[in-house]
Amino acid sequence: MSNPTNRQYTKEHEWVLVEGDVATIGITAYAAEKLGDVVFVDLPKVGTSTTYMKICGEIESTKSVGELYAPLDGEVVEINDVVVSAPETVNTDPFGAGWLIKVKFTSLPELMSAEEYAALTGEG
Amino acid sequence: MPQTPLHAEHARLGASFTDFGGWDMPVRYSSDLAEHEAVRTNAGVFDISHMAEIFIKGDGAAVFLDYSLVGQASLIENGKAKYSLICNNDGGIIDDLIVYRLEEESFLVIANAGNREAVVSALKERAATLNFAGVQDRSDDFALLAIQGPNATKYLQSITDKDLSTLPYYSIGEGTVDGVNAYLCRTGYTGEDGFEVLFSSDDAVKVFNSLISAGAVPCGLASRDTLRLEAGMPLYGHELNLDVNPYEAGFARVVRLERDDFVGKDALQELSAKTPSRKLVGLVGEGKRAARADYPLFVDSESTVQIGIITSGALSPTLGYPVAMGYLETDLSEIGNTVSVDIRGTRLPMTIVKLPFYKRSK
Repeated sequence: MSNPTNRQYTKEHEWVLVEGDVATIGITAYAAEKLGDVVFVDLPKVGTSTTYMKICGEIESTKSVGELYAPLDGEVVEINDVVVSAPETVNTDPFGAGWLIKVKFTSLPELMSAEEYAALTGEG
Repeated sequence: MPQTPLHAEHARLGASFTDFGGWDMPVRYSSDLAEHEAVRTNAGVFDISHMAEIFIKGDGAAVFLDYSLVGQASLIENGKAKYSLICNNDGGIIDDLIVYRLEEESFLVIANAGNREAVVSALKERAATLNFAGVQDRSDDFALLAIQGPNATKYLQSITDKDLSTLPYYSIGEGTVDGVNAYLCRTGYTGEDGFEVLFSSDDAVKVFNSLISAGAVPCGLASRDTLRLEAGMPLYGHELNLDVNPYEAGFARVVRLERDDFVGKDALQELSAKTPSRKLVGLVGEGKRAARADYPLFVDSESTVQIGIITSGALSPTLGYPVAMGYLETDLSEIGNTVSVDIRGTRLPMTIVKLPFYKRSK
């Protein structure tokens, strides 16, 4: 699956879609495929503050555990209840319905473009 | 990294690969859970050609195996199989094996891929002691496929001339599969009925694809691991290793002490006389968070004194709750007892249960 160009990426395989002062965050199709079937998602509570590149959640597959790194500083304003009750959504639609959290950010670090991310994962 | 003769086929089928026992093996083709489910409800085919095939042939073969393994190979009937262990002088487990008796003085030993060299060198050393010259490591000559699941018999029967109804559990026979000469074994590592088929690696692609055409779903090692875990079967490097003895691992029944000398006998006799300090147990949890290998176990959520360790664990795809195996101090290992596992900083309760977690209905 190609990486949408309307968002930014981290080396920890998260995508960040910025709309105003809120960023929607998920994991990439590449990360979801590497993890295998996602069976449990542990997300931060609404109101939790996030710190750039600090762990703020976990994504578990049958085989392994992936950590969710906050791609920016801010505060969690919404979590995706769909992936909590149906974790497989992360596999079936990682860039869409499988989003994880929305963060109201205080600063926007420099992240990777879709093209740079594709180069990192060898998809480019 | 070594590859099986089916590597290109796996890649063609879209597999992701992982290092297993030093081999580049398919971990999944599409979905671990779908492959797991296919084995429980239909049938799957696994490429396990990485495993080691060692033939023990010639006068003295049975005496040699009796000396080399903790079980008594000479008691196996022709055409039957037995689970066994090869131990060192201290009673530590070098590997777990399946021993098939082909003829009076002809055996097939299947060992784990990662232990091939250790097993072959231990066997050759022991053979030298007995002046036995019939140990042949033929792992590179053979492909090995496991066909497992309730429809395994139906699918395999459709491409073999062997009447599979004449092949009971833990037995081996010869026949052709898709026209290829093969050993057909009614053994497996999934908790389902099924077969393991051994034949020339030159024919691997043809037979593999015929099994898929017959209906078997190609399955990777991720599903193989969750299937064997649900079935309570140990995996070398997790439940078993050189520092584990058969009594701790619950394999007292596999060790036949009442006989002449065999490698490890003195140490095992001594170990058998006392209660092991730790025991392998099955554990179940609540919720969805799995206890995984190397997570520590405690008496309760407050305690900081470790009493055991998880060796394998996953959210059971069939049962829907977390299951795990691990070692626990023996006096705390009673069925029904509850302990606490540290899951990356969070303590969760787990209850000790009898293995296996999953048993197929017959």
